[in-house]
Amino acid sequence: MRLVIRQDYDAVSYHVAKYVKERIKEFAPTANNPFVLGLPTGSSPVGVYRNLVKFHQAGELSFKHIVTFNMDEYVGLPRDHPESYHSFMWKHLFKHVDILPENVHILDGNAKDLDLECHRFEEKIEAVGGIELFLGGIGPDGHIAFNEPGSSLNSRTRVKTLAYETIVANARFFDNDITKVPNLALTVGVGTVMDAREVCVIITGAHKALALAKCIEEGVNHMWTVSAIQLHPRGMVVCDEDATLELHVKTVNYFKSIEKVHEQLIGSDNMVFHE
Amino acid sequence: MQYPVALQTSSLTASAPASPEPHTPIPENEPKVIKITNCKILRDHKIVEHDAIWIQGGKIIDPHKFFWYQKRLPDQVLDAGGLLVVPGFIEAQINGAFGVDFSVPSDPETYERDLVLVNRGLLKYGTTSYCPTIVSSSASVYHKVLSHLKPRAGSAKTGATILGAHVEGPFINEARIGAHELKVLQASAKNGYSDFKAVYGLEGATPEAQNKLSHENQNSVKIITCAPELEGIMESIPDLAKAGITISVGHSMANISQAEEAVQKGATFITHLFNAMPQFHHRDPGVIGLLGSRFDLPRPYYGLICDGIHVHPNSVKIAYDSHPEGVILVTDAMSAMGLAPGNYQLGNMNVTKEEDRVYIEGTDTLAGSVITLDACIRNFIQFTSCSLIEALEAVTLHPAVLLGIQETKGVIKPGADADLVFLSDDLFVKRVFVAGEGVDLDAIDVQVTEKF
Repeated sequence: MRLVIRQDYDAVSYHVAKYVKERIKEFAPTANNPFVLGLPTGSSPVGVYRNLVKFHQAGELSFKHIVTFNMDEYVGLPRDHPESYHSFMWKHLFKHVDILPENVHILDGNAKDLDLECHRFEEKIEAVGGIELFLGGIGPDGHIAFNEPGSSLNSRTRVKTLAYETIVANARFFDNDITKVPNLALTVGVGTVMDAREVCVIITGAHKALALAKCIEEGVNHMWTVSAIQLHPRGMVVCDEDATLELHVKTVNYFKSIEKVHEQLIGSDNMVFHE
Repeated sequence: MQYPVALQTSSLTASAPASPEPHTPIPENEPKVIKITNCKILRDHKIVEHDAIWIQGGKIIDPHKFFWYQKRLPDQVLDAGGLLVVPGFIEAQINGAFGVDFSVPSDPETYERDLVLVNRGLLKYGTTSYCPTIVSSSASVYHKVLSHLKPRAGSAKTGATILGAHVEGPFINEARIGAHELKVLQASAKNGYSDFKAVYGLEGATPEAQNKLSHENQNSVKIITCAPELEGIMESIPDLAKAGITISVGHSMANISQAEEAVQKGATFITHLFNAMPQFHHRDPGVIGLLGSRFDLPRPYYGLICDGIHVHPNSVKIAYDSHPEGVILVTDAMSAMGLAPGNYQLGNMNVTKEEDRVYIEGTDTLAGSVITLDACIRNFIQFTSCSLIEALEAVTLHPAVLLGIQETKGVIKPGADADLVFLSDDLFVKRVFVAGEGVDLDAIDVQVTEKF
């Protein structure tokens, strides 16, 4: 696993966006061989999307041959509700870029048969040949997507009941009224994310520091589901200085030093490396 | 720690609804979808950048729904070149333009042809909807001209939308007659609604019937300017309001209590504030005093002729400072508006038109206003130092709310008509869309009246 530490939220966002852009450029997607991207919602990726839009507007990145799969969506919330994840993705990314609508996949929280919807989602991922790069955030309780503490680390896309902490955290988007927050969601499983050929988790802010420490310095544990990244052959965590507050000094120093070595060896423009 | 009540366990069964229908109905044979990018947009009292306007079937649509439900990309993407895109302007008071005078009845064919000429010409100045204004006239004149002025939708070919007529008179006070003719004034309306019906030739036998016509866009009278202090007028106001007509106080000698009573009874507009009404007096502020009404009495909208001539710039600023939410800019333009400088014979009047004003030939007397609505906006900002948004809303949102059409006109939001004006940074009209179609402004020929 690589741990990339940057100064602050903006630097993290820029780094991840640039990484995504370079990966796509290197992949050189075509209509028959699109680049399949897994995408999160929440506050962590907003800066990444902003930078990706800037790259697109500068003509450096086209979304024409990119297929996307989002991680999750609330159950029972109308698709055009301002807080639905459809609305989030439209507002922050899709409306600014040239992605084809049929290449966008987000779980339908209003489907008549939710289990079938989850199965279909997994089938669609398989049909395009799996996800090339899955971006994600992390909750303060170490969850990835809506895989709350206690989720199986082998789980697939399914319906989940949201943890109390998550509902409270989301209340700020629903007039601070926790009875208005949906308490069910469809989410990709931990297994679904880890099946991607590469996983990149964005972790910023002091309130995520404990979760980061639990996920990378302690064991693989279903109470901190992001810890499954320890078993991924190509996992990356990008974080800011504040998020390292609970890590051992040794850990931070180690990862900072190997990044320096890499820069000297292959140059900062060649940061796409294979393990 | 309480778990929130109402677990959505029922959603796990088949009783959960299928993906909801989109709210904006998507046309069956799916006309072209146009996306306008690289623009600044006046929307929700803000100027928004890095966004786009999506148009389909002559209306503005919600692109979010279009993307998710129709799963299509736009058929055409237009680069607005960084211009400011605002809703098409709405003109509440204009007597004519390009040599045409709405109050002069001619044979139906000529009148129609002249009307379309003005509809198209007004687009050059950004006006996409308007109320043709008729000065005080005899009943026979009203019956003739109003038949042409029922609401009609605009298009890129036929020009601006007609919202219905603004009949300025004849129930006005002869002491504030302005340029109207004395012999056609009506001094009273003893029979209330019936008198109005008789003079204008309204089709609805009762206010309720007229209101029904109004909902079907069959009412030719949209705004009535009247003097509430005349006999029978005050009592008629509630009935006229019930008939779906906007009542405006103007050409009046009303004192402040009469003016406030008119507003209480349903008047919602003041016709060209300051003009054709008594001067402001500190002990009886009259109609102008409506701008100082206390909070439990709704202050009406007020029209301002913003050419700097009919109202002194300082007076404009005083009105704006006292009631900024109520301002509606109007031109009150007469038939010479839009003509190139020169001498013309308009009706029974010979005039000399200069660039921005018109005189009775051989005199220093102004023959009327020839300001254009986009020039009003520029003047208004200069006179009052108001914000760009306030000045633009004075010709879009405010008149739309006054006339009750703010769901489809004067706003940029899903469901509204795609009437758009593209403005340069110095607020000149560069491009116009009517009902979702771009207009070739250069192809509009309005100079048909001969100079001599």
